[in-house]
Amino acid sequence: METIVQEIQGVPLNHYILFCSLIFTIGVIGVLIRRNVIIIMMSIELMLNSVNLLLTAFSAHSGDASGQVFVFFIMALAAAEVAVGLAIIVMVYRNTRSVDINALNRLRG
Amino acid sequence: MSAIITLSLLAILVLYLGLFKARRALLPVSLLGLVSTLVLYGIQWDGQAVPLYSGMVLFDHYAVAFSVLCVLITALVLLLSKNYFDAGSTHVAEYYALILFSLTGALLVVSFHNLAMLFIGIEIMSVALYILAGIRKKDFASNEAALKYFLMGAFSTGFLLFGIALLYGASGSFDLAAIKDYVVSNPHTVSPLLYGGILLLIVGLAFKVGAAPFHFWTPDVYDGAPILITTFMSTVVKTAAFAGFLRLFYSCFVPLQDFWIPVLLIMAVVTLFIGNITALIQQSFKRMLAYSSISHAGYMLFAIIAAGPSSAEAVLVYVGAYSLASVVAFGVLILVKRTTGSDHFEAFNGLAKKNPYLSLALAIAMLSLAGIPLTAGFIGKFMMFSSVLADYHVLLVVLAVVNAAIGIFYYFRVIVAMYFKPLDRDQIVVNGYYKTVLTVAILVTLLLGVYPAWITGLI
Repeated sequence: METIVQEIQGVPLNHYILFCSLIFTIGVIGVLIRRNVIIIMMSIELMLNSVNLLLTAFSAHSGDASGQVFVFFIMALAAAEVAVGLAIIVMVYRNTRSVDINALNRLRG
Repeated sequence: MSAIITLSLLAILVLYLGLFKARRALLPVSLLGLVSTLVLYGIQWDGQAVPLYSGMVLFDHYAVAFSVLCVLITALVLLLSKNYFDAGSTHVAEYYALILFSLTGALLVVSFHNLAMLFIGIEIMSVALYILAGIRKKDFASNEAALKYFLMGAFSTGFLLFGIALLYGASGSFDLAAIKDYVVSNPHTVSPLLYGGILLLIVGLAFKVGAAPFHFWTPDVYDGAPILITTFMSTVVKTAAFAGFLRLFYSCFVPLQDFWIPVLLIMAVVTLFIGNITALIQQSFKRMLAYSSISHAGYMLFAIIAAGPSSAEAVLVYVGAYSLASVVAFGVLILVKRTTGSDHFEAFNGLAKKNPYLSLALAIAMLSLAGIPLTAGFIGKFMMFSSVLADYHVLLVVLAVVNAAIGIFYYFRVIVAMYFKPLDRDQIVVNGYYKTVLTVAILVTLLLGVYPAWITGLI
């Protein structure tokens, strides 16, 4: 375990911050420009996982375990969210026969 | 904490009641559980407020007052549910259980003392609501509402989490007290990560409270979800989200005011104008209420901008008044829609001739939402404006008063429809539960409007 922490600390913190911000941005852009609901969900996962990585890096660099505990909370709740989200997508698919976000524009005004 | 534990056990119990087909027991058991939660909070009021469970939650007066408000509004919403869910589904227990789970999350959000609890509370609250929004599986509007709410909710959670991660990187802790110490001890040399964290938290929380420019999901979701769920979303969830928002910013970031107040100022003004002007052109009462809830989010942002000792009180009164009026408005809308099948303004035509009590209740609720004196809405707006004026944001108050005037315009539209348009339908049957809810909500609205002192000294 010690060696892993040292490995993580071997890379400067700024690199982690830049890298995670990049992944996060890719996720955000994915949510904004893609029209397929499944891919939007994958982009959201990308956002959450960039946060996980960032928290782990901060945690290893500051020698404080609470950041890693937070990662477990994020994983658990992301799993719960995905379970509900996939159920919603299945429900929508049964009614519209499509997972395209543009199929859902009946509510307007 | 015992109150939150009771509530989550209650929700599981309700699920079991559904399993054993004890449908008649659902509502009484849920209400009893809510009452015992209230009692537990009442006991907690006088106790010493220390952070519990390694600093995870803190039940100070602020948390208890907002929790009690959330529980009371949920009780009103559950009373309105009599005969509402049965029409659409045979599995009624799930509705109650999900509403109670969502309430549990809301209570965590108002009493958090660690950013982990803020995140977990928001997630518990939202995940239950994603299901509730889409609970009419065959209804296309309900489907669309659920999917949009889910995508936007998960998206905003990402921003919230990235903000929390940056705060952690800057201050080295998730604990509110530790973050506050960090900010107070070096207000001029804080890490740039903290600024990024604050901005991302504002984005994430603005999504949750439905403030512009992150409001675009609100009208569709409020419009598509079943009316009773919309009631819950626009009252309890908004209350909790704002209480959490204010708690975080008031307890941690006040020394950095110069950085984030301009951001929130612009957001508040944009929210007010977008909410009010779009509400003007709506044909559907339900959609109008959705836009009006956006504009109310704008007013409530004032309290966070003021971020003073009085803003907790101001938010409590404002959100209480707004929630009570919303419950009445949506309650009447349920009855009208059940009879006429439409939620447009025309459906309210001539309501006063056959249902004078119903229209009186709705009229008082509209006056309260518009902020007319002698109602709770006026007191709420007054406290909001005066807390901002104390900080010399005069221009903001002028803009807000202009918006309040626009608001009167569309709130009065339904009053005009009820009292001055010809009648074209039969009397609406109102059952005892609805009468009770309307009476209680209207009485409290008027009482607060005439004699506000009994609630203002609370926190």
